[in-house]
Amino acid sequence: MSDTVVRERDDAAPAPRGDALVEVRDLVKHFPLRRGILFDRTVGAVRAVDGVSFDVLRGETLGLVGESGCGKSTTARMILRLIDPTSGSIRLDGQEIATVSGARLKELRRGMQMIFQDPYSSLNPRKTVGSIIGDPFQIHGLLKDDAQRKRAVKDLMDLVGLNPEHYNRYPHEFSGGQRQRIGVARALALKPKLIVADEPVSALDVSIQAQIINLLRDLQKELGLTLVFIAHDLSVVRHMCDRVAVMYLGKIVELASSDQLYDHPRMPYTGALMSAVPVADPQLAKVKRRQVLAGDVPSPTNPPAACRFHTRCWKAQAVCATQEPQLEPKEGGNLAACHFPLTDDEVRERVPSARV
Amino acid sequence: MALLEVRDLAVHFESEDGLVRAVDGISYTVERGRTLGIVGESGSGKSVSSLTVMGLTRARNARISGSVVFDGKELLTASDDDMRGIRGDDIAMIFQDPLSSLHPFYRVGDQIVEAIRAHRDVSKAQARDRAVEMLGLVGIPEPRKRAAAYPHEFSGGMRQRAMIAMALANDPKLLIADEPTTALDVTVQAQILELIERLQQEFDTAVVVITHDLGVVAEMADDIAVMYAGRIIEHAPTDTIFREPEHPYTWGLLRSIPKLDSPRDEALTPIDGRPPSLINLPSGCSFHPRCPYVRPAHRRVEPALEPVEAGGDHRVACLLAHATRRRLWHELRAGRSPEEARSLVEPEEVA
Repeated sequence: MSDTVVRERDDAAPAPRGDALVEVRDLVKHFPLRRGILFDRTVGAVRAVDGVSFDVLRGETLGLVGESGCGKSTTARMILRLIDPTSGSIRLDGQEIATVSGARLKELRRGMQMIFQDPYSSLNPRKTVGSIIGDPFQIHGLLKDDAQRKRAVKDLMDLVGLNPEHYNRYPHEFSGGQRQRIGVARALALKPKLIVADEPVSALDVSIQAQIINLLRDLQKELGLTLVFIAHDLSVVRHMCDRVAVMYLGKIVELASSDQLYDHPRMPYTGALMSAVPVADPQLAKVKRRQVLAGDVPSPTNPPAACRFHTRCWKAQAVCATQEPQLEPKEGGNLAACHFPLTDDEVRERVPSARV
Repeated sequence: MALLEVRDLAVHFESEDGLVRAVDGISYTVERGRTLGIVGESGSGKSVSSLTVMGLTRARNARISGSVVFDGKELLTASDDDMRGIRGDDIAMIFQDPLSSLHPFYRVGDQIVEAIRAHRDVSKAQARDRAVEMLGLVGIPEPRKRAAAYPHEFSGGMRQRAMIAMALANDPKLLIADEPTTALDVTVQAQILELIERLQQEFDTAVVVITHDLGVVAEMADDIAVMYAGRIIEHAPTDTIFREPEHPYTWGLLRSIPKLDSPRDEALTPIDGRPPSLINLPSGCSFHPRCPYVRPAHRRVEPALEPVEAGGDHRVACLLAHATRRRLWHELRAGRSPEEARSLVEPEEVA
């Protein structure tokens, strides 16, 4: 483990744990649908993210889960300002960043980094590992001295468990797991305040996946990183995250600590997600009543009125189609947007791993 | 007699870099109405072995040996014409990626009609009725209307269901599912698993499911074969694999996945290193470079897949003594690291 990187962090003012690093309020992203060749007109919008609010606390890992198309990646990319929000507010360290641009934006990006899903397409095949990890320094005009930069890069390689002697190798000379380590090192280079990891382990084999999960957890403990962790594998999310937000069709439908969420999900959608996870235990699998959701996720261009889950929800009643439920505390402390949250008995029957 | 009996199947490919031993002598059987799960990481040979059963690896550079007997017929020596008659009829396959396995230019219904008419002497209208019936059976709403849609008009889950409809249209006796749910969301995965189970019960189909996901096999399979570097290293009924696994690689797999019902702060125990090159397999036990319990002799002696108890249905290819493995797994289960377990148990040297 490299001393330099860790020590430099300790020198900095200790970040107070527990307060919000990122505050997201009423964040919206609508992608316009256009028609016509000569006369471009907007005929509708994909409501990818439709008013989400949450905080990311300093030093925590916040998980974003949901099915494809629920808006989790769009939300994360807006926080990083890789795409511009349609409306809403994002505050980083108390400063509004939803609308900044130009030099201020570049400055801002130093403090936020991303780890990508595919370790094959996210690394430039024609660059050496040394220059891939060193690029962030160059882009931001830091460590202009070659020897200094090389040293910093080698420290980073050491930190993420790569052999610093492989500085001059190319990405194709590394395995999938090692490539993902390169991606992690690159994200750590500028000592960001916030790291967004979008499905960082889903492209990896099981035994390698565990190596990267352990690496991220160790780094977070050591460096006090703040992480937004996006994944569709609910057991990986539980293992990694302190708090988890469940998204459905552009909305957050449940938000709770990992323990609360997995011990007693309240929103029927969360319950269905957990019930759908295959359990690697034949005994539990036998007693489980798999809650299968019928049909597909409705189109985000024309989402169902009021509670968006009511078309697929087995507990839905008339009110669910007319009155939108608010995200509010339910039994057990979970925040959930639901008129008829799951009872403990219903949870026990469907989610064998629940501890209600 | 078993429906499918694979004996000493080896599939080697000649390449510029040398001979790739993709599958290196595996044997298994599948009975009617039963499900065999083949588990392994990328490059373990799980897909190649099943493609070979289907006769889909007959390339000029392929060296295939052993025997594959299906319903009393030897498939490895069957002519290409015979194989074309069996594929899609008696043996059907579902692939991982439904988008690249359906033809983008043809309507979904037409593709299923073609699959039926390739094997059955029926009119177009009859085949169409059957196609619509199958689409309805796999849960596609308004099947007659949706049969006229193109694959890109279907969602991922619907495409996978359409492919299952096509695979089952001719009532196959054996269904091979290669990572059938890997590209899907968990909710859709649950739908597909439920569907395969239901259809299997209805038609008494034998299923071979190939996956890296231990959860999927725990829920689906009756028996599990764990593959590593082209060989089966452990084979047992599903309950046994999860309750009393005997191979250090299986332990590694089981302990590298986070579980919903284990403490959240429990560290995962990854398997060190990575799978070996299939051109240059390690000597002796091919798992020895990654095995925490390796003894010097394991680098020379090749373990055979042998029953744990004489006549039992639990077989393992490991040079450690049964009693030693029992104690090691006991320590691991109690939360000890592989190093701690090793120092407590002190694996013996083989004679």
